[in-house]
Amino acid sequence: MNTAPSIVAVVVVAIATVAIGTWGLRFSRTTSDFFVASRTVRPALNASAIGGEYLSAASFLGIAGLVLTFGADMLWYPVGWTAGYLVLLVLVAAPLRRSGAYTLPDFAEARLGTPLVRSVCSLLVVAIGWLYLVPQFQGAGLTLDAALGAPGWLGSAIVPAVVLVNVLTGGMRSVTFVQAFQYWLKLTALLVPAVILLTVWIDDGATSPARVGADAAAWSLPVADGGGPGLYLTYSLIVATFLGTMGLPHVVVRFYTNPDGRAARRTTVVVLALLGVFYLLPPIYAALGRVYAGDASSDVLVLELPRLMVGGAAGDLLSALVTAGAFAAFLSTSSGLTIAVAGVLSQDAVGRSRLSGVAAFRVSAVIAAVVPCVVAIAAPDLGIARAVGLAFAVAASTFCPLLVLGIWWRGLTDIGAVTGLGVGFLGSSVGVAYAFAPVTSSGWIHALMAQPAAWSVPLAFATMVLVSRATRHRIAPEVNRFMVRLHTPEAVVLDRGDS
Amino acid sequence: MALRWRRTHLGSEADRATFRTLHTASLASAGLREGLTAASATSSVRHLRTLLGTPAVALTDTAQILAWDGTTEQHAPYAAGLAVATAESGMTQVANHDEFDCRRPHCEIRQAVISPLVVEGHTVGTLQAFTDAATAGLARACDEVAQWVSTQLELAELEASRTRLMEAEVRALRAQISPHFIYNSLGAIASFVRTDPDRARELLLEFADFTRYSFRRHGEFTTLAEELKSIERYLLLEQARFGDRLSVTLRIAPEVLPVAIPFLCLQPLVENAVRHGLAEKGDGHISIDATNAGQECVIAVEDNGAGEDPERVRRALAGDSDLDSTGLGNVDVRLRSTFGDDYGLIVETAPGAGTKVIVRVPKFAPGVHA
Repeated sequence: MNTAPSIVAVVVVAIATVAIGTWGLRFSRTTSDFFVASRTVRPALNASAIGGEYLSAASFLGIAGLVLTFGADMLWYPVGWTAGYLVLLVLVAAPLRRSGAYTLPDFAEARLGTPLVRSVCSLLVVAIGWLYLVPQFQGAGLTLDAALGAPGWLGSAIVPAVVLVNVLTGGMRSVTFVQAFQYWLKLTALLVPAVILLTVWIDDGATSPARVGADAAAWSLPVADGGGPGLYLTYSLIVATFLGTMGLPHVVVRFYTNPDGRAARRTTVVVLALLGVFYLLPPIYAALGRVYAGDASSDVLVLELPRLMVGGAAGDLLSALVTAGAFAAFLSTSSGLTIAVAGVLSQDAVGRSRLSGVAAFRVSAVIAAVVPCVVAIAAPDLGIARAVGLAFAVAASTFCPLLVLGIWWRGLTDIGAVTGLGVGFLGSSVGVAYAFAPVTSSGWIHALMAQPAAWSVPLAFATMVLVSRATRHRIAPEVNRFMVRLHTPEAVVLDRGDS
Repeated sequence: MALRWRRTHLGSEADRATFRTLHTASLASAGLREGLTAASATSSVRHLRTLLGTPAVALTDTAQILAWDGTTEQHAPYAAGLAVATAESGMTQVANHDEFDCRRPHCEIRQAVISPLVVEGHTVGTLQAFTDAATAGLARACDEVAQWVSTQLELAELEASRTRLMEAEVRALRAQISPHFIYNSLGAIASFVRTDPDRARELLLEFADFTRYSFRRHGEFTTLAEELKSIERYLLLEQARFGDRLSVTLRIAPEVLPVAIPFLCLQPLVENAVRHGLAEKGDGHISIDATNAGQECVIAVEDNGAGEDPERVRRALAGDSDLDSTGLGNVDVRLRSTFGDDYGLIVETAPGAGTKVIVRVPKFAPGVHA
């Protein structure tokens, strides 16, 4: 195994990311040719950026491994991660943009007008961000281990280090260009090897993956086995992924870049298409893996498959390409999350100390990256996609009710929102605690604890509605005006409450 | 123990009486800070009655009653007449019951003390205390309370005039397109009419759009994109006039274009930069950068002009406007009042080193939307 191409690929991706981030602005347009209108971020570019930021290690590596190990029911992960944008498109995208909020705490403050809700939301952003960052860093450790033979902790430390250098030196200044570049890099890194591997597979006689292995029938079943609990697990996964996307802090901030609500919707449509294309690829790797790599470790299947199927220098090159894509996946998602978490920390925690704006943001960025890095090295490995699924469950149980009710129901009060967020967080935390705890159980208890979304999301909705009803006198006085602003297209001429 | 604790912490009986009085006064002042209106008078008049300790108290302007608190409301219609008399004299007066006779036998109100409320030398209303017997003490108390109320009203007036001043300055900024700019732009356009009619037409349209934006009436805020568009038009017109002498670099991060900023808060900075850049003989170069910095957007306007003594800029920002930088102080005040004191202008300059003005704007601030 020749690791040189992979090392080169990783270094090139890291340098390209920093370079585009720092100078992307300069070669976009300079002297005297200035038309601001032509500079607004087009939906296609912004959608690529969202795709780049969103497609994490879980999508790039995790799905293929899960499908390989557990079968077709794991396809609900990519389906849910894509369909989450459909829910976002229909219910949230345009009103959220029109609210003018940059982060989720901003939205909560604008809608409910109290600092308490803001603080609670900030805590949740940090919690979800860290829960999402841990598997990214763990995945980086696995990748560098598989591709270069480096010890696991090294990869888990290198990615946060590159992210921090990048964020602290202003390398994320033209974040839209960087992230858009990362999407296309990731797509290429999966697509080119997939096409080559498929031709190899056809040459070999195209053995159907459903006919290989012991439990072939169960593998191709789209619902988890185990009767009722299995069905529950599948539905719970669907709830978490469909509703969790809108609550991801690094996704929400990207919608601010859209010039208006209409552009936000168009962007979301393009994101749906881009993700749809991308998510066709991991299952191909899983299926081929079943034929060619029956005993590969699940999370690094994507990295090892080219070598197993092609071998030689060509295999090393393909492997390097996939490694580059995986590294891009860690970098882009981790950067986006680190910035989102650092922004909230600097505004609502560190910024309250005497540090100035820039210094506060730097301190926050270090905190935002180092804490999950330590956890990633110390905590047990859960499997990337499963751990990310937990972050989705928390987001679906907290921010989804807040956004949906905040946007579509006038009756939401600050106390209702806070209790709902609390209940949803506690409910979904059961899943997190269960995943990290050394206990195991089976049957319904296992199902309810492992995937709490199917009960914690309705519980959070119900709590928000009931407590808001009980505290009707605390409805924000400006709510009607705010609702008009959320739901009226910008092109309509009306008094939006601007003085 | 408990007794001693109360003694040491709440003071003597006299101290506590003072605290109570101060507390009542602070309650009354909240309403009065909005000026002398029926609403503010109604909310503060009962606290004034607590201060004076009389059966009834009225607040009037110079012609009619605004609020009444206490018993014997049948006297209220007479308050206007008493107010007119006192307003004319401008002194605290005592009126007897026959001047506001309610025709009720054994009315417990026998006298009224009326003190004028004077704001900036003009009587704006009266404070009237109705009592069974007007003692010298009550007359003194009424006079003092009336003076205190007058002070509160003066503060309200000050607050209102500060707001008016700010609005007037924004209006002035809107109308500020200098006559020279209009004259020079039209002159420059005229010079193209024969040689390059297409360019002349384009410039005229730019000019129309520029004035439309600047004279816009509604909205305290705009987006960075809109403001930059207007600045582009301004620079196009200036470039038509100065040709190659004026060069401009714009580096705008697309992520920050939707940020909401106070209307016309960059335009004055760019005008200053153009003026400074071209003041010296030679070529003027201006660069405008807008960068994406996490939760904030940082906008920098830089010129290669003669620079300025930092001390003079400091004085200009403090409101002393002898500096040749129109609107610098105004922009600073508006940024601070919109986003908080952390977001004032930062000016980097020195004689001979050009000027760089930096504006930081948060991507989201409650109540700020374009």
